[in-house]
Amino acid sequence: MTAPLIIFFVLATLAVGGALSLIFQKHPIHSALSLIVVMVALAGLYLLMGAEFVAAVQIIVYGGAIMVLFVFVIMLLNAGIEEHTNFSKLAGFPGLLLAFALTGFIAATIARSTDTVQAASQPGNMASTRDLSTMIFKDFVYPFELTSFLILVAVLGAIVLAQREAKP
Amino acid sequence: MNAFLYANAWLIITVVKVALLLFIVLTVNAYLTWFERKVVAHIQSRWGPHRVGPHGLLQPMADGLKFLFKEDPTPAGVDRFVYFLAPLVALALALTSIAIIPFGPDPLPWKILGQTIYLGILPPNVNIGILALFAITALGVYGVALAGWSSNSKYPLLGGLRSSAQMISYELALTLSVVGVLLIAGSFNLTEIINDQTSRYGILGWNIFPQFLGFLCFFTAAVAETNRVPFDLPEAESELVAGFHTEYASFKFAMFFIAEYTSMITVSCLCAILFFGGWLSPFPASWTWTYYLPTALLLPAGLWVIWDGLHYETIFGKVILPGIGAVLCILAIALVIFPGVNNYIQAPFWLLSKIFVFLFVYVWMRGTLPRLRYDQLMAFGWKMLLPVSIANVVITSFAILRWGAIK
Amino acid sequence: MIPTNYYIVLSAILFGLGVLAFIFKRNIISIFMSIELMLNAVNLAFVAFSQAMHKLDGQVFVLFVIVVAAAEAAVGLAIIILTARNRQSLNVERVDLLKL
Repeated sequence: MTAPLIIFFVLATLAVGGALSLIFQKHPIHSALSLIVVMVALAGLYLLMGAEFVAAVQIIVYGGAIMVLFVFVIMLLNAGIEEHTNFSKLAGFPGLLLAFALTGFIAATIARSTDTVQAASQPGNMASTRDLSTMIFKDFVYPFELTSFLILVAVLGAIVLAQREAKP
Repeated sequence: MNAFLYANAWLIITVVKVALLLFIVLTVNAYLTWFERKVVAHIQSRWGPHRVGPHGLLQPMADGLKFLFKEDPTPAGVDRFVYFLAPLVALALALTSIAIIPFGPDPLPWKILGQTIYLGILPPNVNIGILALFAITALGVYGVALAGWSSNSKYPLLGGLRSSAQMISYELALTLSVVGVLLIAGSFNLTEIINDQTSRYGILGWNIFPQFLGFLCFFTAAVAETNRVPFDLPEAESELVAGFHTEYASFKFAMFFIAEYTSMITVSCLCAILFFGGWLSPFPASWTWTYYLPTALLLPAGLWVIWDGLHYETIFGKVILPGIGAVLCILAIALVIFPGVNNYIQAPFWLLSKIFVFLFVYVWMRGTLPRLRYDQLMAFGWKMLLPVSIANVVITSFAILRWGAIK
Repeated sequence: MIPTNYYIVLSAILFGLGVLAFIFKRNIISIFMSIELMLNAVNLAFVAFSQAMHKLDGQVFVLFVIVVAAAEAAVGLAIIILTARNRQSLNVERVDLLKL
């Protein structure tokens, strides 16, 4: 039981626990906090794999901007505890079982599939930020410029959509 | 017992180091509050705390005891989990950010428990140093927003929303104003940024000269980010009762308080490291007489403390103050006698002096500047600071393309 | 070290939990958060494979996924605010004007 393995299991338990908490919490703000825990756990896993820049970007953008947006919207809309609907519990059970079966099937298939996946257990090398940025600005420069345009469109759309109606 | 110690030596040493660093940071926080109260008071032509110990030096202890023993009511109708979580998040994040800051270049290796540990300053060699600090700052918004929302009351909600909106707005300018420094240094690693500022002429190699605009943007954005004057409308006492921490009583308020002062310390460290050369001396390295500056400062300080302590009638003043003064004098003389220790102490001395200067500027601004109204604050952040930061990035990039790295 | 299939199994579990949350939750913001959870699970798979094959393409793609998720969250939450204003409720089952 080496130290990286212990850290992996701790972070994986945090991530799965956060995801379960997302499902079972009744108040959306608690679900949002659980999702933040999942994201921080995933950032820890990225660090464990050696992808340090992606880990930092995950925390800054996902955890520090997108989830803040979620938390603000929940606060502003004053979202309360979810209402109780009467969906049939009888149909819930086989549904749940099927969901687990599907997940297990996907996981088992991927985990057993290729030799690359099984054999790649060498120590994670630190991904250098310099190489990453060279790749973004040389090979992927066109998608990069497109994403900047996408963000512009998103900002305009959000502003237009969330405006108050002009009083006549 | 011995076998257990040797087997887990690394873990035990790490725990001891963490505990020591936490203790030092919390003590510095406490005396930073004393320093602020004294300096603001002297700016306002009055004495600050001067009763609780000689020169009010025991005031932080008294405040700490007060925070521990005060009643801690929980308002009705709060969301308990979030109400208890918010100050914890704020405090944990603020204290974590100290771990990434390097306080000196070379540690003294020492063998203990079969492991070679580095006695004294250990520079944490985090490849993404600055980015990790920004990540922690980005998460700091949650402490404020959740505290304001979970208090189930109007003033905290408004204060929390305003404060977190301000923090997010200035976070952009903060991050962009550092990009100029990163372009010059070519790395996120704080140690490398400092080493990049070495030059034969001492002070001329510091990043403040190529990046003066960047420094102004960074300092302004950092003051706004830590919710200090002149950007502290969301927590000002005359405006919104106390903003997002209105409903928080003794110890939880103390946690927010410690978080704010710790983030002040972190920002001062960052200013010193990124723009003012970190632990580098402002004098050229060839002037070896400047190595005796710490001694030249400590000796008169020690003598003054001894002389001042003899005035007091209480035991604390008469015995402990001269004791502290005597320790300072002995330290000063020891630095002259042992040149090895003197060489080692240069780097942390310069960094701590620069941090002290920035903390003084923070407190100075608190005593002199009026605060900005909220719409003026937001307009300044978005319409003035962000375009100036972007302009700084563009100008720096052009300069690097034209003249190569600026050295 | 840690074999890559551990990460892939974790990614599949997170994706499955995201799908479950999407189906079982009734608050529209919670449903949106489950979409973010699914995107995160996919990001984990990308980074795991990128480190397994010692190529950086996976991580570049993860950066793009994060950017697109940010844009989507902005516009999606604006739409949610509008829907909440119109229907005065955040329950997806209340948005049923087209129901027979």
